[in-house]
Amino acid sequence: MEGQILQIVAWVFLGVGAVFSLIGGIGLIRLPDFYTRMHAAGMTDTLGAGGILIGLMFLSGFNLVTAKLIFILLFIFFTSPTSSHSVAKAAMGAGFKPLLQRRD
Amino acid sequence: MRTVALTICLAATWLLLSGHYDPLLLSLGAASCVLVAWIAWRMDVVDHEGFPIHLSWQAVLYWPWLIFEIIKSNIDVALVILRPSMPISPTVLTVKTTQGSELGQVIYANSITLTPGTVSLRVYDDKIDVHALTKAGADGIAAGEMDRRVTLMDASGAKTGGKSGGRGG
Repeated sequence: MEGQILQIVAWVFLGVGAVFSLIGGIGLIRLPDFYTRMHAAGMTDTLGAGGILIGLMFLSGFNLVTAKLIFILLFIFFTSPTSSHSVAKAAMGAGFKPLLQRRD
Repeated sequence: MRTVALTICLAATWLLLSGHYDPLLLSLGAASCVLVAWIAWRMDVVDHEGFPIHLSWQAVLYWPWLIFEIIKSNIDVALVILRPSMPISPTVLTVKTTQGSELGQVIYANSITLTPGTVSLRVYDDKIDVHALTKAGADGIAAGEMDRRVTLMDASGAKTGGKSGGRGG
């Protein structure tokens, strides 16, 4: 019984992660320019990756694997904004102008 | 003092990641922890930036708030992307930061980037250029709630002996 609840919770998290990764992918295609696409990418590495990793934690039970998954999650949360920022800064440095206030 | 704390953290990490607990491997692990801590101490990187232990308690309060913000803005961005008309209004704005140290400013910039819908483009002096996907997201950053919270966390660290020489780079 308890195992079943854990399974359900795990799959809910995995589902949320998968859905947000998918929406992030759709956003990458739909959004018009580089800077706006970065926001879609930001979605896949916060809730996308986070949901999947938390779902895996529930699936693995409470052991060393869980600890490793927590480490992965922490590292993603520290490194992904840093890399996003450096990519954005490089684009700015190269003189790439963001598209502003476009509505269509 | 920080070096000792670093050694303990390294040892905890090692124990969690290895999963082997026989004497030989334990002593090898202990030796490598001490070696790494010693090298870090020799390189003089065990300071308030390299190992910001002084932030720990306030960070415990800040993280849940940040995670909640991330979830909220994830949903906002997802809805914007999925709506057929895709109502985006990309905005670039400059916000002033009120953190006392570079570390605090970096935490703030990273928090901005970590929340979907806003990316920090450039960090300089006491300002950050932010690119926002929607006008609403830009307004959210301009309201300064996140800035205030990071400053609070950073200042609490400064009191317990973190901040001095914060502009060293």
